[in-house]
Amino acid sequence: MTARSAPSPSTGEGRGGNNVPPAIELRGIDKRFGPVHANRAISLSVPAGTIHGVVGENGAGKSTLMSILYGYYQADAGEIWIKGRRRDIRSTADAIAAGIGMVHQHFMLVDTFTVLENVVLGVEGGPLLRRGMERARAELERLEREYKLEVDIDAVVGDLAVGLRQRIEILKALYRGAEVLILDEPTGVLTPAEADHLFRILRALKAEGKTAILITHKLREVMAVTDNVTVMRRGQVVATVRTAETSPAALAEHMVGRKVLLSVQRTPAKPGREVLRVEGLQVIDGAGIARVRDVGFAVRAGEIVGVAGVAGNGQSELIEAIAGMRAVAAGRIVLNGQEVATRATHLTPRALRDRKLAHIPEDRQRMGLVVPFAAHDSAILGQQGKPAFNIGPLLNQRGIIDSCQHQMDRYDVRPDDPHLKSANFSGGNQQKIVLAREIETDPDLLLVGQPTRGVDIGAIEFIHRRLIELRDAGKAILLVSVELDEILGLADRILVMNEGRIVGELAAEEADEQKLGLLMAGVARAA
Amino acid sequence: MGENGVLLLLMIDATVRVATPLVLAALAGLFAERSGVVDIGLEGKMLGASFAAAAVATVTGSPWLGLVAAVLVSMALSMVHAVACVTYNGNQVVSGMALNILMAGLAPTLAFAWFSQGGQTPMLGPGARFAPIVLPFAEALAPVPVLGAIYGRISGHNVLVYIAALSVPLVAFVLYRTRFGLRLRAVGENPQAVDTAGISVAGLRYRALLCNGVLCGLSGAYLSIAHGAGFVRDMTAGKGYLALAALIFGKWRPLPTLLACLLFAFTDALQARLQGAVLPGLGAIPVQAIQALPYVLTVLLLAGFVGKAMAPKAIGIPYVKER
Repeated sequence: MTARSAPSPSTGEGRGGNNVPPAIELRGIDKRFGPVHANRAISLSVPAGTIHGVVGENGAGKSTLMSILYGYYQADAGEIWIKGRRRDIRSTADAIAAGIGMVHQHFMLVDTFTVLENVVLGVEGGPLLRRGMERARAELERLEREYKLEVDIDAVVGDLAVGLRQRIEILKALYRGAEVLILDEPTGVLTPAEADHLFRILRALKAEGKTAILITHKLREVMAVTDNVTVMRRGQVVATVRTAETSPAALAEHMVGRKVLLSVQRTPAKPGREVLRVEGLQVIDGAGIARVRDVGFAVRAGEIVGVAGVAGNGQSELIEAIAGMRAVAAGRIVLNGQEVATRATHLTPRALRDRKLAHIPEDRQRMGLVVPFAAHDSAILGQQGKPAFNIGPLLNQRGIIDSCQHQMDRYDVRPDDPHLKSANFSGGNQQKIVLAREIETDPDLLLVGQPTRGVDIGAIEFIHRRLIELRDAGKAILLVSVELDEILGLADRILVMNEGRIVGELAAEEADEQKLGLLMAGVARAA
Repeated sequence: MGENGVLLLLMIDATVRVATPLVLAALAGLFAERSGVVDIGLEGKMLGASFAAAAVATVTGSPWLGLVAAVLVSMALSMVHAVACVTYNGNQVVSGMALNILMAGLAPTLAFAWFSQGGQTPMLGPGARFAPIVLPFAEALAPVPVLGAIYGRISGHNVLVYIAALSVPLVAFVLYRTRFGLRLRAVGENPQAVDTAGISVAGLRYRALLCNGVLCGLSGAYLSIAHGAGFVRDMTAGKGYLALAALIFGKWRPLPTLLACLLFAFTDALQARLQGAVLPGLGAIPVQAIQALPYVLTVLLLAGFVGKAMAPKAIGIPYVKER
């Protein structure tokens, strides 16, 4: 494997060959946010006409680096060279003028505007809109044809699907004459089919001589679409390699700094008695829309049942209904043989916890922790009534802190300081605090929502191993995740949800990405 | 023309008189709120402007200089709001209320210090106020049936009434047909989108608040040197809040906002007309109950009939880059 900490500028695999200067060259970029050294002396060269991957764990500094290139932040030191010329990029406007476009992870679109209005925002072409808009319409139609980026120009953005919104972001960049397109975690919100379409678009751009920088943590995508890949760790570039000459395992090792198991070893499940049964469940949200429609399944002790689906297809509402956080419009939920929820009545989350249900919610920042709380207070949420944590009407501070310290040691939370504010832990360590709290209640049923969203590869491995251990200890686990790798790696049985319905059930052995992808998109229906 | 016809014309006149400052203030609020800055300080800015107009008109004898002073004072107050909310990311409601409280105290105090008339400015003579303008041919057309009466109503208002009427299409044009308007609407919905498009969020909000100051100044000047003849303590009497309510009822759009202002003004005219009225079966209605009518209507409309208020999404949130 050819790892270089500082690639020479002439390293090029693009169409231009070696005589053409790189599309982007960063030299010694350094950036601090207070005590955090986000980027340390980063040098990076992207040959023109290539697709370049930038991978790294959360907090490795990828997004900061790209934000500097896009003029959103200014580097403390270092130089940016574009097509062999040094450029001062002090603002987003400078970056746009230098031919750089960015597709942000959270789309920078005005929902109430039409596609056309969104595209021309900032490049209206004069104080009055009319003529500029007409010109933009013609140009957009040309771009859409050229790059197969079909979107209805007059549609209101708020009404469009996520995949289409992303196309608008790409159109925005192209309309501004971008030669280099930066995409920040572009596939996080896409179905596998939409992601494939995106990659086709990227290849079409490359064929036209454009350059793309793809920031991602999904190694599969890096392998599929990039020419070269740069790995970042703790604010530094640790390797730049040709994609053809590397492997996911090697990249993961660079990202984490040690060998990582990308999938946890597990033995076949030995399912026991039925712990959870859901029958004909229907959940209606505040706007009166049915989010869960006629869903039925069972989870037995000693197995992990995975719920796959594109985000927003009713998985969240399903798990919240089982946790007692949402009312049930029809159907029933049975836990350990006892009916706990019907249309008429349902137990509170508290009563469900007493019946040995534990819940690791999807959104740990909002539902899993109170982020301004010290870790030791977040670590007793939901169990603040336990005798060990109370002395008469007062909280037993000593006992709470000791318990938290104990959990932090056992679950490898870093830093292991119970007094630190919950907000100051990284995503992975926050998740470990929640995981420890919930698992330590010794539940019969564990509901897990997106356990590794925003969590580093190293911590993912730890969390996955814990979940398998729990399963092997004879607990029932219901896992909701939008990450197919996670579902495929953990679940013994897989349910696929689309528009609130379960559209397929697969055993782990018979499931693969393609089958799941088709079911998730609502294209196929399994028996 | 019968008695009812005369009554109707008088009601229309009264509606226009009350609606003018509301329209100007509501459009002022539209600029601020469409840019994402809450403008609860309309009341204070109007009050400051009406005092400045009256004071300068008293000293110089010129309503035009009074108008300029009103606009400048109102713009200055808008800039205080901008510095607090846009530059320093302060709480927009607190800053706005601070302006209201400040001007409620400062205006009468200065009036007392400068004019020694118990917190008022002296009565303005006819030359120091905006007089009604008789439009061309108004008298010639007067004998013509219907048309003459209508044109007669349109004619004979002061200049600020016409400015208010023209400002509605003007603001609509700026908002929907210009680059500034597009960016203004965008920055109130998603300031990050504006920032990443290479446009300064703060710059846009400052410009929006300057427009806000101009319109609000006109509104305040109307009260003291066009409709009234001098500044009186608390002379805005909640009109700033009423304008804000009209803006919300009008869903932050110029034309519906105008209609909301006219509706509020009409109920005000109605309450003036209804005072002392005797309803069959109920007897005389207490004056207080009738006076409360516009406010009751405001509450009912805002609570029940607005439907889903489509507020600019980023309103009230200071724009801070992540980290």
